[in-house]
Amino acid sequence: MLRGLLSSVQIALGAYGVGLLIGIGGAYGKLYGGPIVRDLLEVYTTIVRAVPELVLILILYFAGTDLINRVLEALGYARIDINGLVAGIWVLAVVQGAYSTEVLRGAILSIPQGQIEAARAYGMAPMLMLRRITLPAMLPFAIPGLANLWLIATKDTALLAIVGFNELTQETRTAAGQTKAYFTFFVAAGVLYLLLTLVSNRIIARIERWSRRGMPAVSGSAR
Amino acid sequence: MKKFLATTAAAIGLFAAALGSAQAEQVKIGFSPEAYPPFWSQEASGEWSGWEVEIINAICAAEKLDCVLTPIPWDGLIPALTTKKIDAIMNSMSITDERQKEIDFSDKYYNTPTAVIGPKDQTFDATPEGLKGKILGVQVSTVHAAYAKKHFGGSASEIKEYQTQDEANQDLVAGRIDATQADSIALDAFLKSDQGKACCDLKGYVAPDLEVLGPGVGAGVRKGDTELAGKINAAIKGIRANGKYAEITKKYFDFDIYGDETQSN
Amino acid sequence: MSIPITSLAEFAARSAWLQPHRILLMAVAAALVISAALFMRWDWLPNYYGLALQGIWRTIWILVVTCVLGIMLAVPLGLAQAAGPWWLAMPANAFCTVIRGTPLLLQLWLLYYGLGSLFPQFPWIRQSELWPYLRQAWPYAVLSLTISFAAYEGEVMRGAFAGVPRGQLEAARAYGMRPFTIFRRIWLPQALHRALPTLAGETVLQLKCTPLVATITVVDIYAVASRVRQDTFIVYEPLLLLALIYLIISGVIIFLFRKMEARIPVRLG
Repeated sequence: MLRGLLSSVQIALGAYGVGLLIGIGGAYGKLYGGPIVRDLLEVYTTIVRAVPELVLILILYFAGTDLINRVLEALGYARIDINGLVAGIWVLAVVQGAYSTEVLRGAILSIPQGQIEAARAYGMAPMLMLRRITLPAMLPFAIPGLANLWLIATKDTALLAIVGFNELTQETRTAAGQTKAYFTFFVAAGVLYLLLTLVSNRIIARIERWSRRGMPAVSGSAR
Repeated sequence: MKKFLATTAAAIGLFAAALGSAQAEQVKIGFSPEAYPPFWSQEASGEWSGWEVEIINAICAAEKLDCVLTPIPWDGLIPALTTKKIDAIMNSMSITDERQKEIDFSDKYYNTPTAVIGPKDQTFDATPEGLKGKILGVQVSTVHAAYAKKHFGGSASEIKEYQTQDEANQDLVAGRIDATQADSIALDAFLKSDQGKACCDLKGYVAPDLEVLGPGVGAGVRKGDTELAGKINAAIKGIRANGKYAEITKKYFDFDIYGDETQSN
Repeated sequence: MSIPITSLAEFAARSAWLQPHRILLMAVAAALVISAALFMRWDWLPNYYGLALQGIWRTIWILVVTCVLGIMLAVPLGLAQAAGPWWLAMPANAFCTVIRGTPLLLQLWLLYYGLGSLFPQFPWIRQSELWPYLRQAWPYAVLSLTISFAAYEGEVMRGAFAGVPRGQLEAARAYGMRPFTIFRRIWLPQALHRALPTLAGETVLQLKCTPLVATITVVDIYAVASRVRQDTFIVYEPLLLLALIYLIISGVIIFLFRKMEARIPVRLG
């Protein structure tokens, strides 16, 4: 089960990281992109937010890896073997990406726009501006939403049990089936997930304090 | 679009085959990661063991195939095979006409009768009349599910489909279903467990129906992959002949589960 | 909205929807849909038509029942956390944390298989009057989805209750309203109104949770789609149709909530 927990955390971390990258790109595209980019991103976020993760996971898990291999083969490369971990990460990342696009878009919008205009007036290159101004300035606004997403990511890994991936829930299921102690094992897994959440909450609180350094104290900021 | 994809896939397949034959190829054997004793059970270390695992190893060793066990959920096995995620299915999958429309099979490597079990305090037998008004549990997309729907669908009050046979057994113990139909050996293993001993016993074997239940269990391979099927067939013959099959079987069963010698696919 | 539209061209010019690139995108989308309809396999549809309708009905039924029950639980949960004494606030808070901290799939399996594995130890359960319900799967599905919805909404309602301006409640008290009347006439309606936009999103999230019940043998639309996949070995088509069905249901949910929000008059003093 600890092995399962480890791979759950691994997927959650990976999916969250890749999802964040998608989110940054998506938020930028939605705010500054051309009309077509904007519309396509809108379609992406709408679909992902309306269709159950379970269905998306099934579609992406079977269709996605198949598609990549077909493209690779069409280009004359050998098939790559996409192992469960990578497939799991990228499937969840696509789902996470849609949500973090929305969170980050909102966060960027809540930066005082004068800051960005000032950076532009100084002639900063776009990438430098992203790194030095936009990202740090939006962080305090984005963290509550992103924290929520992280908690969702850890719990969404459970859904990979349906596609037979050996994460915590699936390991629990096999172990429970083996020993017939269903109740005990499911409770134990629940405790593990809960611990993961509580530990995450602690870390998030620290990060939030760090990102808000130098800002006036706001009480009850999260919702 | 489909046709285009199919032709490109075929062309690429040829190309890949030409490339691939040069090197030692990995054969990915798909199986569903769930306990199905005595064919499949998982050790605490995460390794899989059981009769079928040993047979797979013996077959691969006989043909010098570099086999890798790849976990895929049961209902995703055939799609995974057709989309080339895996190269073969060896997971107690019965050879049926319905499945043969999508994939090819090797010869059978075991064949056992199908049984129905139920709680000790109820007496009925494995006939449509016996199961009248009962709730019957089966594992989804198995020959047993197909058989139950065809023969007991009219008389049983409900046929419930479970993701794994183990969960069906679990619900039989919990009393949510009155009977479950599955492979007799798998059920026998369950009846011998502490839990099974306490609750349930064998109600009987179902009437044969070759069309639905098929001639036995074989290895599934992609349509047209005669090379792999041929190798597996040769290996099955080989281990039957050299005593390896009997040696493995003896560890788990007190009889030969290969079934009727003449009835081959 | 109130300006009459005189011609289609004018409408197109004014509407943000019909810009040239949009028309292009729509054409691409239409081409995709048509090619999907033409080149993919849909011959299984007639065979499963009835089953699919039943599945959709069951999905919607579970969604509505669990949302309504969940909200009814969430109101006291939120109130306990926002204004209750500590011996009410603490358990309510703990409940929300535990449920929100564990995956729903695990909760569902714990309730169904976990509790199920305990039944044989208590033979009297099978004699009890509840047994006909306990042996079916849907009560567990409804129970666990309700609990999960209540926990998430409990948090939302906590914020909503806390967000109602204190002055309103003080004014009501000054008028001599009894506490329960204040709650019913002032506090709850205002909190619900505040929570409504969030609730729309949460209801869509709840819809996205419903396919999990298929893993405990409840035949919802997701289970029907997987049955099609298993019977016919067609991989993508049922899944794509399934995604479309969920898209439509979410669209309907969002539409209904918009209507509801529009019905509540927002009056500024």
